Amino acid sequence: MSERRYTEDHEWIDLDGEIGTVGITDFAQEQLGEVVFVEVPDVGKVVAQGDETAVVESVKAASELYAPVTGEVVEANTALADTPDLVNSDPEGDAWFYKIKLSDKDEFDALMDADAYKAHTEA
Amino acid sequence: MTETALLKTPLHALHVELGAKMVPFAGYDMPVQYPAGVKAEHLHTRTRTGLFDVSHMGQVRLTGADAARDLERLVPGDLDGLAIGQMRYSMFTNNEGGILDDLMVCRIEDGLMVVVNAACKDADIAHMRAQLSSEITVLEDRALIALQGPGAEAALSALAPAAATLSFMTGAEMDVDGAACFVTRSGYTGEDGYEISVPADQADALARTLLARNDVEAIGLGARDSLRLEAGLCLYGHDIDETTTPVEAALTWSIGKRRREEGGFPGADVILGQIKNGAPRKRVGILPDGRAPAREGTEIQAPDGTSIGSITSGGFGPSLEAPLAMGYVTTEHAAAGSAVNVVVRGKALPAKIAKMPFVPNGYKR
Repeated sequence: MSERRYTEDHEWIDLDGEIGTVGITDFAQEQLGEVVFVEVPDVGKVVAQGDETAVVESVKAASELYAPVTGEVVEANTALADTPDLVNSDPEGDAWFYKIKLSDKDEFDALMDADAYKAHTEA
Repeated sequence: MTETALLKTPLHALHVELGAKMVPFAGYDMPVQYPAGVKAEHLHTRTRTGLFDVSHMGQVRLTGADAARDLERLVPGDLDGLAIGQMRYSMFTNNEGGILDDLMVCRIEDGLMVVVNAACKDADIAHMRAQLSSEITVLEDRALIALQGPGAEAALSALAPAAATLSFMTGAEMDVDGAACFVTRSGYTGEDGYEISVPADQADALARTLLARNDVEAIGLGARDSLRLEAGLCLYGHDIDETTTPVEAALTWSIGKRRREEGGFPGADVILGQIKNGAPRKRVGILPDGRAPAREGTEIQAPDGTSIGSITSGGFGPSLEAPLAMGYVTTEHAAAGSAVNVVVRGKALPAKIAKMPFVPNGYKR
């Protein structure tokens, strides 16, 4: 069973072993509105925590996804390029953006859990 | 947190009741979208009928026998050539030929009815009061409701049969469900439709009566923006401003033959010179080849990497089902079909100069 954490920028990351799966939260897709374009990172890209790693654009605006943890991108959900609306219909499931091999699990542990994230969105 | 008090239109309570997401816009608390969302609202307007609150815009009446000639001193449009009930799109220009605001002018029996942008209205009114001899009345006690889409005629003529007799870009006073309104067949979505100037205290009831029809839905500013972009229409402060001339903005069509011959408006030397000799840059439509939208501020490059301009409005067109934009490029690259690149997040993405409107308009001429 994987563990899920959240960032202040409304991303989620599931950790399974040393591989994290990253997406945006239902709260984030609701704020964005209809998603019309997604850009995922190339496999093999090495990113530091906080780096711009993916892009999601809605009818209203463009938003960047920042890497929730440091690591190497090991898989990207290229299906989102053709079906960006999946981000609206299943943001916390099939519409994951990329998978990342973590360099430092402490970064993951320091992120918000579900309760803390809920409090963050209601602040 | 301190906030400047936002103004409310007469339909504010209705927007809140309908579940609109309200945002500050030009000093007003306005609906950017309703629960249906921008895309659904946009498509509803293209296929059925959308109701927009545009009461934040400035409605001004100029009274006087020579009001048309009078206002011509500030705009390049041929207003004196308008028959009573006919309307025209024009713009206030400055001495450098730049655009201070764009406006709609309709000739009425004893003068002109003018509609200006919300963000510019105070400056526009001061400008007219300082420069014109006509009596200028700001219609503060009237709301403005736009009804747009292929079903607009059926929806409005059910309440005001005379609305069906108006053709595109004409207007008349008429009774709409008991309210004394000034109705024009115009709008800013590329669709057939109307703008209804209604007494403020009757606006809420009229909006509710229209919305009670199955095919009429309230539409927010978000969809208004994507609709006008697909229609190739300029948004003041973005696609046109004090640094762009009407010729550069591809609005030369709005300057009548007589005005080109006579001049007599601010910046006429610059504007007429550009009509004669060409302008250095031109507003064009742009279609990116891929799926990535290119937004306002995006650099436009020639295929060889030379910077040739920038995007002034851009996004995703729900009816076009593709990204689209408008912007300025140097005239040598302005021909429809020309290949250009748009630099999105550091990457030069291929795009083409395109004719506007991006989707066919539905005007009833």
